[in-house]
Amino acid sequence: MNTSMRHLANWSILGLTLTFLIGPFLIIILAGASNTEYLAFPPEGLTLKWYLKVFTVESFRASFLLSMALAVFGTLAALLLGVPAAYALNRYDLPMAETVRTIVAAPIIVPGIIVGLALLRYMVVPTGVTVTLALFMAHTALVLPYAVRVVSSSMTNLRADMEEAAVLLGCSRLQAFTKVVLPNIRGGVLAAFILGFVTSFNQVPVSLFLSGPGVRTLPIDMLAYMEITFDPSVAALSALLAFMSLAIVFTAERLLGFSRYV
Amino acid sequence: MSDAFVQLSDLTLSYGKSVAVPNLDLSIREGELIALLGPSGCGKTTTMRAIAGLLSPTGGTITIDGRDVTRVPANKRGIGLVFQSYALFPHLTAFENVAFGLRLQKLPEAEIKQRTEEGLATVGLTGFEKRKPAEMSGGQQQRVALARSLVMRPKVLLLDEPLSNLDARLRLEMRTELQRVQKETGITMVFVTHDQAEALALADRIVLMKDGKIEQLGTPADLYARPETAFAAEFMGFENIFKVEGEEIVTTSGRLPLEARPESPILAWRPDAVTVGSGPHEGRVAACSFAGAHREYVIDSALGPIKADAAITLPEVPLGEAIRFDLPLATARGLAA
Ligand SMILES: Nc1ncnc2c1ncn2[C@@H]1O[C@H](COP(=O)(O)OP(=O)(O)OP(=O)(O)O)[C@@H](O)[C@H]1O
Ligand SMILES: [Mg+2]
Repeated sequence: MNTSMRHLANWSILGLTLTFLIGPFLIIILAGASNTEYLAFPPEGLTLKWYLKVFTVESFRASFLLSMALAVFGTLAALLLGVPAAYALNRYDLPMAETVRTIVAAPIIVPGIIVGLALLRYMVVPTGVTVTLALFMAHTALVLPYAVRVVSSSMTNLRADMEEAAVLLGCSRLQAFTKVVLPNIRGGVLAAFILGFVTSFNQVPVSLFLSGPGVRTLPIDMLAYMEITFDPSVAALSALLAFMSLAIVFTAERLLGFSRYV
Repeated sequence: MSDAFVQLSDLTLSYGKSVAVPNLDLSIREGELIALLGPSGCGKTTTMRAIAGLLSPTGGTITIDGRDVTRVPANKRGIGLVFQSYALFPHLTAFENVAFGLRLQKLPEAEIKQRTEEGLATVGLTGFEKRKPAEMSGGQQQRVALARSLVMRPKVLLLDEPLSNLDARLRLEMRTELQRVQKETGITMVFVTHDQAEALALADRIVLMKDGKIEQLGTPADLYARPETAFAAEFMGFENIFKVEGEEIVTTSGRLPLEARPESPILAWRPDAVTVGSGPHEGRVAACSFAGAHREYVIDSALGPIKADAAITLPEVPLGEAIRFDLPLATARGLAA
């Protein structure tokens, strides 16, 4: 193959990739702006009314807040468990390290539908815990593998003798952790938080099983909305959410080179 | 033993089942500068870590200043350690690295500033306050690590190859500086080195280690002039070490007669103790290099290669030519088997 043909091939692959990545996004943005009472693509006339309507739907507002809370607190909880776990896995020669890693990774390997069904069948139904609590626990568990992995990878360059030096200068073990380890893995922890947040916020299959009266995450609420109404506001909302995720990841990338950690 | 400031008694240090240092006894006087000398893997770092409290002994005790600290945690021992790997905090500037320990003590800001600047000046790093470790050379990082320990004014300062990454000039400078600080502050120091010249130049006493045991302990003059074993002699620059049988030197390649029957089973000569240019034996020049004040010959002899220094006044013998030499009993050091 000569060079110009190879160039052509490279550019076509790049073009196709971008089309498939960005194309759906563009379709959603435009579909949300269609001046029709039903979802239409290509849009027939352009309007912002569906984008504005999104903010007036009561259930969207409630489920958005629930999703936000789940994403923030679920991810925080996952980090609370995940940072020490990653530290222990990296620092100590644990006898069951591989097993622990596998167990921690389980929620991403096992299909979400099964996780959701299992939680519903064996936790919510027999013990009667509230759906909100079950959701919170499920999201924590789902984010945990990412937290452990991302934080772990930011710890690999962290040598044990730095903490020992801190201890010899007067730190307790805990102080050595907060004064020396944490500042050096800050980027990894932030990256894990963002990744966890986005994962939790966009999570569908598990949350599908864990919804009750008035308790629905935003993606599930959107599904429910579509079963009744077929106007373009769901597309508009999707576009807005995509923008939100994009803005978060973009800011993170600019601030701390997020992609280094993932 | 009553004047021992640091006392290691029957100390055994292990990693899991493997014993790195068995039954070590060592006493260090207050204000002494001790060099731990020995080949890689002989247990120098391990011993330092135990004194610092980073490694719990599996047997024996450590006493510092009359107090048994064997079970005292590392952050309560008041011991400084300069790590072989520096172990600087990458997120902090040179200034903050050095100030780290002082800040933990909650000293007044003015004192922290003054002592930190003083510490950086001692190691010649004034002006580097704002640099992060990643923006400094290995030698500069090593000096920050040194300053970080010095400003704490520890009772005992342990230094794990503190000068290994410096160039010759800086090394000499830091060596003098270290000695000055030591004499001024009276801090008891133990430093690890691979370099016998450094140990000889710096230490009050040298501890020569081999396989986790003390091979020989003594003043530099002692060790230099009177090594007791072949291992010690080799470390002290005796490059010609031979077995004796009766009145002959014996190696795997051959034998040479001596002028009399020696008392020791092993004899050792430094290169400058070998007579070159005259003598009863003959060999061939296998290598010759100019070393300023003398020439260093490698002589191919009946015993195999012999390292010998010849005065510069002696005309150079070309490669491959015959050269006369002697291994005089008078300049030999007798060693135990
Ligand atoms: N973390 C460890 N786990 C197991 N064995 C170890 C560990 N650290 C050291 N050892 C072993 O203990 C022995 C002494 O090691 P040590 O680090 O004290 O040597 P050293 O004299 O400091 O060598 P060097 O001059 O290379 O720094 C060696 O045989 C080494 O393999
Ligand atoms: Mg070492």
